[in-house]
Amino acid sequence: MHTLTVQVEGIGVWSPQLADFSALRRLLAGEAPAVSGMRPAAAALSPNERRRAPESVLVAIEAASQATAMSGRTMENLACVFASAYGDQATTDYLCRVLARVPTELSPTRFHNAVHNASAGYWTIATDCRAPSSAICAGDASFGAGLLEAAVLACADNRPVLLVCSDTAGIGPLGELIGCTGTFGCALVLSPSASAGARLRLAATTSPPRHPPLPAEWVAWMQGNPSAAGLPLLAMLAQGGGDCVLAAADHLRLHVHMETSA
Amino acid sequence: MRVTTLPLAVSAYTATSALGVGLDAHLEALRQQYSGLRPNDFSSAPLPCWIGRVVGVEEVALPSNHAEWDCRNNRLAWLGLQQDEFFAQAHAARERYGAARLALLLGTSTASIGATEEGYRRLDNERLPPDLHRTHIHTPHSLTAFVAAALDIKGPCLTISTACSSSAKVFASAQRLIGLGLVDAAIVGGVDSLCDSTLFGFNALELVSPEPCRPFDAARRGISIGEAAGFALLERIDAQTHAPLHLLGCGESSDAHHMSTPDPSGIGAELALRDVFDRADFDAAHVDYINLHGTASQKNDAMEAALVARMFPPRTRVSSTKGLTGHTLGAAGIVEAVVTLLALRDGFVPGNAGASEPDPACSEHFAWHNETRPLQVALSHSFGFGGSNACLAFARADRDPCTR
Repeated sequence: MHTLTVQVEGIGVWSPQLADFSALRRLLAGEAPAVSGMRPAAAALSPNERRRAPESVLVAIEAASQATAMSGRTMENLACVFASAYGDQATTDYLCRVLARVPTELSPTRFHNAVHNASAGYWTIATDCRAPSSAICAGDASFGAGLLEAAVLACADNRPVLLVCSDTAGIGPLGELIGCTGTFGCALVLSPSASAGARLRLAATTSPPRHPPLPAEWVAWMQGNPSAAGLPLLAMLAQGGGDCVLAAADHLRLHVHMETSA
Repeated sequence: MRVTTLPLAVSAYTATSALGVGLDAHLEALRQQYSGLRPNDFSSAPLPCWIGRVVGVEEVALPSNHAEWDCRNNRLAWLGLQQDEFFAQAHAARERYGAARLALLLGTSTASIGATEEGYRRLDNERLPPDLHRTHIHTPHSLTAFVAAALDIKGPCLTISTACSSSAKVFASAQRLIGLGLVDAAIVGGVDSLCDSTLFGFNALELVSPEPCRPFDAARRGISIGEAAGFALLERIDAQTHAPLHLLGCGESSDAHHMSTPDPSGIGAELALRDVFDRADFDAAHVDYINLHGTASQKNDAMEAALVARMFPPRTRVSSTKGLTGHTLGAAGIVEAVVTLLALRDGFVPGNAGASEPDPACSEHFAWHNETRPLQVALSHSFGFGGSNACLAFARADRDPCTR
């Protein structure tokens, strides 16, 4: 596989422990930033949409907003790829419970919130974005697969691309089976230009996934949420260099090398 | 900024739907305008509507080494893979290029959620019952992960789940991966199977017709949900110089309008069309046939009829074939891509099935009955929830060069 090079123009992150990328950076530096609480602001949504949107959408939109704000890109033209291993498990749990009991009482809003592209839909509506939007998954490799899909789109179409990867904690019998226990979302704005700033070089490798040492609690977050597989890359971005190997499919790994130039 | 995408050879393709298994069954049903819709005998509770059910899915057995993937959606995928020698062709492509140089990109809206629904109907102390306590089939990646295992693909494997545009958008992703040289070939497609979630979900949105759906009929009453599996193999043209049919490109856009209804202005749909025209360097004047999204919902059909009337010359013929297959949701993109490829291959325009009294908004472009005519360039429209739009363009390899 050839190498893809993309520039990182914006970074967003949200979890109950991490309010944004600057909190992540401080945490990595050994400081103790304030935790962000249980519900993301998702200020890009109108109050009405914020009320209708499930937590999964709020987390994705919060991370997306942070990354686009940092990039300075106009949101209307920004193509986007929303990745999530499980979509909205709480909504799936609701859906399956109602269907098992009184299927005709299903809520129409909760049904359309159950589509895997709900976050992409809410985001493009909120930002008046008519650029291509996508929603993908690839099991535990969803972050790496999303990174590949977004980088390929940026390079093939020569345009900036917003990548969002998020999953929320599951509930009920489905949550018990899947074991996604945490909530985590992150976002990157990637562009094909590699003039200055943080560049990522992506190449296929046969090496097993690996990353530099991370704080113990981060490793626990990664075990409890497939989207947190983005943490090693976020740590590299916070530290200004390094490399890691991420799963991008069952048998495909991406070697991600980061370099910074003035 | 103009980005040109290189056309690709469509070197194999197949579909399985309520019309039957494989290309011949689809061709025959299209020729005879035979509808596969039947009264709903699927949902776990009564729901008076019509469905496009694939006969025999229940009897399909996955190979024993893939038993962990067993569920209706993956049985339908397996059934679909066996048609038109697709499995063998996929195998040959893997041998030709190597497992890591082949991508798998599949679309689905609900994957195997039917298995999750069944588990919730048979909860065992608030746990999914032992026979369904299998993590893999309760995630939206279930379909692609199963097919990747069955075909032993080691390149990029991605599920695209953008509701009803899912298995159209996979063509765009494949074209980018091949265009950048990251893989040599891609298997694209999609599978969606009947389940309570979509039947009762669309019913809650008041989008399900109590009678067989009638796309573009003045008195249409909503959609009929169907299930289907379809696959296509895409390769570089220089590697498949004799392939008679090409993918010219895929245009994509978002509506930025509403989660569950299309923008009545059709701006988003028009942007997707203009995107594919730009990429593949042709325009509306070259389009001989469009297989429309045509769901038989009030709003889609009104938007799409107006889109056709304002964008295409009168010689472009258009029709929806969802009156035959039902709306196969995440599989609609691939099923209708296959219908479009058959129309190009055999030189005919499938009639717009199910309508008896055309909506007055429909222009002279509509083919209400089958027509025999040579086609060189044809499109397939797919518009999904969340305002996700995709337009595919296919052409005969031997088309008149002045249509480029």
